[in-house]
Formats: sequence, structure tokens, C-alpha cells
Amino acid sequence: MTIALFITCFNDTLFPNTGKAVVTILERLGHQVAFPEEQTCCGQMHFNTGYQSEALPLIKRFVRVFSEYECIVSPSASCVGMVRDMYQYAAEVAKDKGLAAEVKALAPRVYELSELLVNKLGLVDVGAYYPHRVTYHPTCHSIRGIRVGDAPEQLLRAVRGIDYVPLPAAEECCGFGGTFAIKNADTSMAMLSDKMRNITGTRAEVCVAADNSCLMHIGGALHRQRTGVKIAHLAEVLASGEQA
Amino acid sequence: MKPDSVIIELSPEFSVGAKQALQNTQLRRNMGKATQTIRAKRATVVGELPNWESLRDAGERIKAETMAHLDVYIERLEKNIQAAGGTVHWASTAAQANEIVTKLIQATKSKHIIKVKSLTTDEIRLNEALEAAGITPIETDLAELIIQLAHEKSSHILVPAIHKNRSEIRELFQKAMHLPDLTDEPKELAAAARTFLREKFMTVKVATSGANFAIAETGSVCVVESEGNGRMCLTLPDVLITVMGIEKILPRWEDLGVFMQLLPRSSTGERMNPYTSIWTGVHPGDGPQEFHIVLLDNGRTQVLGDSVGRQTLHCIRCSACINICPVYERTGGHAYGSVYPGPIGAILTPQLVGTEHAASLPYASSLCGACYDVCPVKINIPEVLVHLRGRVVREKHSHVSGWLDPESIGMSGLGQVFGNRMAYEGAQTMGKLAQWLFVHDGYIENGPGPLGAWTAMRDLQAIPDQTFRQWWRERNEHDDHA
Amino acid sequence: MTTTRNQVLADIRAATARGERPGHQTHSFATDLQAEAALSPSALVHMFAERVSEYKAWVGYSTSAGLSEAIGERLALYGTRYVVPADFPADLVQQLPCVRDEQLSHADIASADGVVSLSALGIAQTGSIVLDAGVGQGRRVLTLLPDYHLCVVYAASIVLTVPEAFERLRASIQERRAPLTFISGPSATSDIELNRVEGVHGPRRLEVIIVDAPGR
Repeated sequence: MTIALFITCFNDTLFPNTGKAVVTILERLGHQVAFPEEQTCCGQMHFNTGYQSEALPLIKRFVRVFSEYECIVSPSASCVGMVRDMYQYAAEVAKDKGLAAEVKALAPRVYELSELLVNKLGLVDVGAYYPHRVTYHPTCHSIRGIRVGDAPEQLLRAVRGIDYVPLPAAEECCGFGGTFAIKNADTSMAMLSDKMRNITGTRAEVCVAADNSCLMHIGGALHRQRTGVKIAHLAEVLASGEQA
Repeated sequence: MKPDSVIIELSPEFSVGAKQALQNTQLRRNMGKATQTIRAKRATVVGELPNWESLRDAGERIKAETMAHLDVYIERLEKNIQAAGGTVHWASTAAQANEIVTKLIQATKSKHIIKVKSLTTDEIRLNEALEAAGITPIETDLAELIIQLAHEKSSHILVPAIHKNRSEIRELFQKAMHLPDLTDEPKELAAAARTFLREKFMTVKVATSGANFAIAETGSVCVVESEGNGRMCLTLPDVLITVMGIEKILPRWEDLGVFMQLLPRSSTGERMNPYTSIWTGVHPGDGPQEFHIVLLDNGRTQVLGDSVGRQTLHCIRCSACINICPVYERTGGHAYGSVYPGPIGAILTPQLVGTEHAASLPYASSLCGACYDVCPVKINIPEVLVHLRGRVVREKHSHVSGWLDPESIGMSGLGQVFGNRMAYEGAQTMGKLAQWLFVHDGYIENGPGPLGAWTAMRDLQAIPDQTFRQWWRERNEHDDHA
Repeated sequence: MTTTRNQVLADIRAATARGERPGHQTHSFATDLQAEAALSPSALVHMFAERVSEYKAWVGYSTSAGLSEAIGERLALYGTRYVVPADFPADLVQQLPCVRDEQLSHADIASADGVVSLSALGIAQTGSIVLDAGVGQGRRVLTLLPDYHLCVVYAASIVLTVPEAFERLRASIQERRAPLTFISGPSATSDIELNRVEGVHGPRRLEVIIVDAPGR
């Protein structure tokens, strides 16, 4: 099957390894990856910050770039949530019936990586080997937005060599929240410090999540406080093989 | 409408109040303990009901249908209350409601009133209006009493004194009730309040209350409570005056059966609250022989007119969203500057007073969605927050100056960049070049401009040398050559 | 007054006319809910008793024939002067230290050692008792001011769920326009650090006698 990769502007620029990992996993499973180079940003940051008219052209652009693909995958739960949950609302706000119809047809074909693997492809073991102590932070948009359930944990538990430690109070927000982390930096940090305490308490070497945005926030504090705990996107864990 | 009601302390920005609150370690300890306790209790009793999700659906549908036909139901309620011997008053604004209540009390010649805890009367600042007219309102709910004695503002809709711990309360009671030997044992504190208030219950002849629900079909009004102060105020006085927002109506008697399952479990985490009183007009020989109800708009019809915002009116004030909110847990209620704090406050306050008076509240959330999951009537709070953010920006952009603030300039610039592939790829390169001055070992520890807010407390990962798309292109070129 | 009324109504109509108006419902969504599986009569009473006692209320059992004696045993524990509703069954109170509420003053009621009343029904799932001013229940103030409330609940009046209770109470509201009081344990507060403390303004001690429980 040909699967189109929606890398997201954030991963494209800041976390290219996550994109490479998605390509590795899908090709290892025998799929073809397409990367439409006209893609830029889904418009989430603009839309969620209130800049709805600035977001609209980006939404239309996304729909134009991806509507020819049958199956689209993204290593970002929050960007998938934007497309699946907010595009419809954005089309309604813009009173654009044509766009609403296109979104309705496209949105169900957009998957977050763990959803694609577990729910659509029916896989739990993707042939990964990762001999590290790992904890997993389920990001808000992955569990309460697009509701991936325990698909990521299922995938992690099937990784060979992994020492998976559940994270206490896992479902609590890490405090990132997009522009929230800047607009309400103090509150954001107060939330992050509790998350940090829970992560370091697991004595994990690596904290994994399905959103690099939250991971950048968490990783920034882990690095600042010299905890030695690293961050990794779920895709990077799943892409690791014996030889690596 | 002016923000002279609802808003109790117009703070310029949520982040300013939050910063202050975050520095108060006692407050953070109290709040953390309280919210963790109540979350666990709620989860247990909600888990007991196998049909909880269908109950939520029913709650949502009942409310949606009520709002769509509010005119029909409110006239039906009026007719049935009148038929049962009650008097119905209408108020468009807080000032009108306060005037009605003040005049009704003045007609009784009473100089004091006893009050059942009521957010609606807090919203309209009834106490201030009464005091200005020489009438002393006595709060009879324990937490409201604590707040009143401390001359403080409420920080939670259900437990207004949630920010105070037992030793703080003891000190307050020791002074106000002249009980130097009082300990900080909650049981003893409650007993002190019982003695202090019993005399008021037995002597004051007028009471005010809010209402949790009113049933259009029967003309019945319902107050849900725990301490028995509600029952005291609803049965002992000669005159009862209830102030109720127009959105509290339920169409039919059996609808109340749905909400009496949803509310206690969501609110105090109990299967049922200790006391619920339901009365229908005046009951001869039982309770107040004069009953007035004031139906209050105070901005609600504006909310009703907004198709996305309307669901805010479905709120039954249970406080589950407040208790679950990770932002509220850290900042407490005062940072919201409103009678209505937490997630529900962040959407209700700006709609009642106008987003221009509370522009930072829709941003007082990380959009984590925990509030939506626990809401017993399924108010999609994150959706309404984003909706209101859109309104805030549109209002900002209605002035030329609004386009010139750094955020607007940045957002509009980024919008241009993302709108064009060449510009986007150019910006990626620019970013890489521009950051060299700040990067050490792959991280930025002291960022310029708005990045400063980020790097004040955490490092920022630097942009790597190669973007994903560059890698993709390079790989394909290799493949082509191979 | 009329003008404000018309203004609010006009504002409501203007606001609702703008949005989509779903069809007017002729039945309640409440009735769409799936009913709980029924319990056996003895399991129902057991659940009720268990959940009432979880609120820290004492629960005892009696037969109809032994009720007067069962009440007497409890009353002997706490005092010598109790109040009962004016229409409290005569055969129950003859031997008991009870005064009928024939226009008692609030002060008289408050100074009693306790109150004995019947009830309209019990709700097993929530451990609640409902008073609807029916026979033997009296006016609301009677069961409020004394510090002790002994409430008699007939096993046959216990229902499983809250909606079932509302269904039964419809007649009390529509035919008698009765005031209702739902009681779930003694009065309580969680206002101090969210710790539940039993006993604030209402009766601090609640006791329940379940009459004619099947299998007992």
C-alpha cells in the first residue's frame, strides 16, 4: 500500500529523525511511502491561538495536497487531531461548504502512526529492538483528542529488549499546550515540574511520546536540569533494529 | 454589558494572577491535596454506574433541547409557579435583579437575611447591593461563611474556601466566634459553625437562595446541598426569594431524575448528596408562606445566540472540570478573577462579560481536554475555548493597532511562510542560520524575544542541520542515480 | 416588570431563532436510558441498607408487629422527649415518649431529643430516603431541627434507581403539590480540605428502621 507521510512542519524542521523513522518502519513492513513536498503546516498553531483567518489558507492547502492519497500517516497526534476534529469546524466558521465536503471525505483517511499500525494494519510487533528502560507519556491530544487508546503501549510492550515502565499520573497534561507554554509560562512550568518528577521517578533512560511538541517541552526541562533522561518519539523506538 | 458583575477582580491577565498564586506554596499544597482527593472520589462513584456514558448523553440532549425551546419552557415554568402560589419576577441585568430582591426584603422590614450558597447571587453581587441598602446578608454555607468572615473571594464554585486549610479556618473562627480554645479538628470547626448559625436560622425571617434546577412541567424548584443550611433557609423563614439563571430550567419532571444522578457523582463524588429540597410554590402550613423567584438573564441570552458558545449554558455547576483541570490545580481560583473559575469559568466569564473584558481567559488552558471528558453534560470546553480565542483575535484585529502587536505580526508572517512552499523551505534555512549565535551542544539555553519565555525555564532544542525534506530529496537522488 | 419580562423573552426568541432548532420533544430523553437489571427483593433491601450505613447512619430491621418496640428501643438510647408528625400512626406511639406536632413552635421542635417519621420511599442505589409530606412524615421543619432523626422505611417502598424514584414521586408533585426532601445520610460538609464531616445543621444522627424486609 502507498502511504502518504504528513510529516508536520514541526517534525520536518526540528525532528527529522522522527520522519526518517516512520519511513523505516513502513518500508520494513513492505509499504511504499510517498512524501508530497508541497505540504507545509496544518494550521493548528494559528487556529488554536485564535488566528482563524490565517489558518484557513493552510487548511485548504493541506486538503489540496493530500486529497489524492488513500491513506495518510503522521507522527503527531495533535496535528492529526487538528485535521480530524477542527477542520470541519473551521470550514463551518468560514461558511465554505465545498471545503466542508472535502474535509469530510479526507479526515477519516488521516491516521496517527500508532493508530495506523495497530488499528488499521492490525500489527503490534513491528520488528523493533530497543534495549533500554523506557517510560511513555500519553499526550493529551493522543488520548483525549483522537483517542488512540493503548495502541502506543501495545506497540512498546512488543519491542524486543525493552524495559517498559508505566508512568505514574501518565494522563496528566505536561503543560505544553502550544502557545500556552509561552503565554502562561509559569503555569506551564508548574505542570511540567510534576511531570518531570514522575518521569525521573521511573528511573527510565528514555521518555517516549507520540508528539514531539510535548517531548520538546519535556526534553527541554530534562536537559536544563541535567537529569540525563533522553526523549524519543515512539516512531524512533519502533524503527530501531538489531543492527542499530 | 459591563463587567460590573461576574468579574470579581478584573485582573489584567490570567498569567499575572497565576504567577502570584504559583508563588504561594501553602496554596499549592492545599489545592493539590484537595483536587487529588476529589478526583479519586469522583472516579470511584462514576465507575459504579455502568450506564454513565448514556446518562451523559441524556444530560446533553435534555439541555440542548431545553435551550432550543427556552421561551416555551420558561413561560411554562412561570405559569406553573404562579399557579402554585409563587410570584415570578424577571431581570435582564444584575442591577435589576438586585433591585427586585432589595425591594422585596425592604417590604418585610427585616434588616437581616440568611442565604443559601448561590453562585448566581455571587455573580450579581447581591451582598454588596444589600449592604448598600442597610441589609445584612448572612452566608450559611460553611465555606461561604469562611470566605465572608475572611473578607476574601471564592476560589471554587462548590467549595469556595478550598484554598484555606484547617488551621487557617480555626484562626478565623477563633476570632469571629470568640472561641479561643477551638481546635483545628474539622468536626469541631463544623460544630462551631452549627452553633453560630443556629441562632440566625431561628430568628431571621427572610432567606435568599439560588436554584440547581427548576421543572417547567410542575413549577418545582430544586436545591441540592450537604450541610442542611439549605433546608434551614428553605423552610424556617416566612419569606423565600430565589434568584435563578434562565438556563437552569428542565422541561419535565423525569429529566430531574437524570440530573440527580449526574450532579452528585460529578460534584462531591458521592452517590447522592445529603440533602435535596424540591418545593413547588407555597406549601400551606409548611415552610415560607411567601415565595418569589427572580428569573435572571444577565448576559445569558447573548450566549444562547452563539451556536458554538451555547453549550456553555448546559453547565450544571458541578465543578468536575475545575477539579480535574491541571491549570486550576496549580493556580487556584483567584487567578481567573471571576466568580466562575477553572475551565468552565474560562469559557463562561468571557461570554457573559464580553471577550474584550476577559481576553486572557480563553488562553488559560493547555487544551488538554480533561474537562471535556469529565463534564456530565458533555460541554466541549476545548472547542469553546478555541472558538473564543478566534473571537478575541477578531476583536483585536478590528483596530489597526491590533495588527501591530508582535504576536499578530508573527502569526501573519508565519501564515505567509506556510502558505508557500518556497517561502517555507527558505524560512527553514533562515532559522538554521539565525540560531547559530544561541546554540550550544544542540540546545538553546537563552533564547531571544518570545523564545525567552521558553528558555527562562527550559532549554530549546536547536534546528538540526538537515530538515526531513532535505534528507528525503537526497535519498531519492541517490536512488535515482543507483 | 412586564416590559422586562417581554424583553427577556424577546431576547431568548431572537437568540434561539438564529441557531438550528431541533424538533420539539414530546417525550423525555430520560426514558431512552437503559433500565438497570432488576434485583431480588432481598438484594434490593440489602443494597439499600448497606449504602445507607456507608453514610454513617445506623440501620436496623423490624416487622410491622414489632415496630413500636423497635422504635422504643432506639429512643431509649438518646433521650426522653421526642416529636412525631401530627398524623403519625397512633398504634406506634402509644407507649413512646413522643409529642405530636400539633402546631409546635420551632423552638419546641428544636429542643426535642429527636424526631420519628415515616418516609415515602427509599432508593437502594444511592442509599437515599425521600420524604414527601405524606402520612407520618409531617412538615419539613419537624425532621430538620432536632439533632436526631429516626426514619421508618417500609421494605416494599424501596426502589433500585433514582429514575424509578422520580417516577413514583410524580404523583406526589402533581396530585398533592407536595414538598420533597431527599435525605442521604446525616448532614455533612466537605468544606474543610474536602474531608467529609458528618453532622452540620440538620440532624447529626440519622437512624433507619427497615420494616418487613423479605427473608428476615
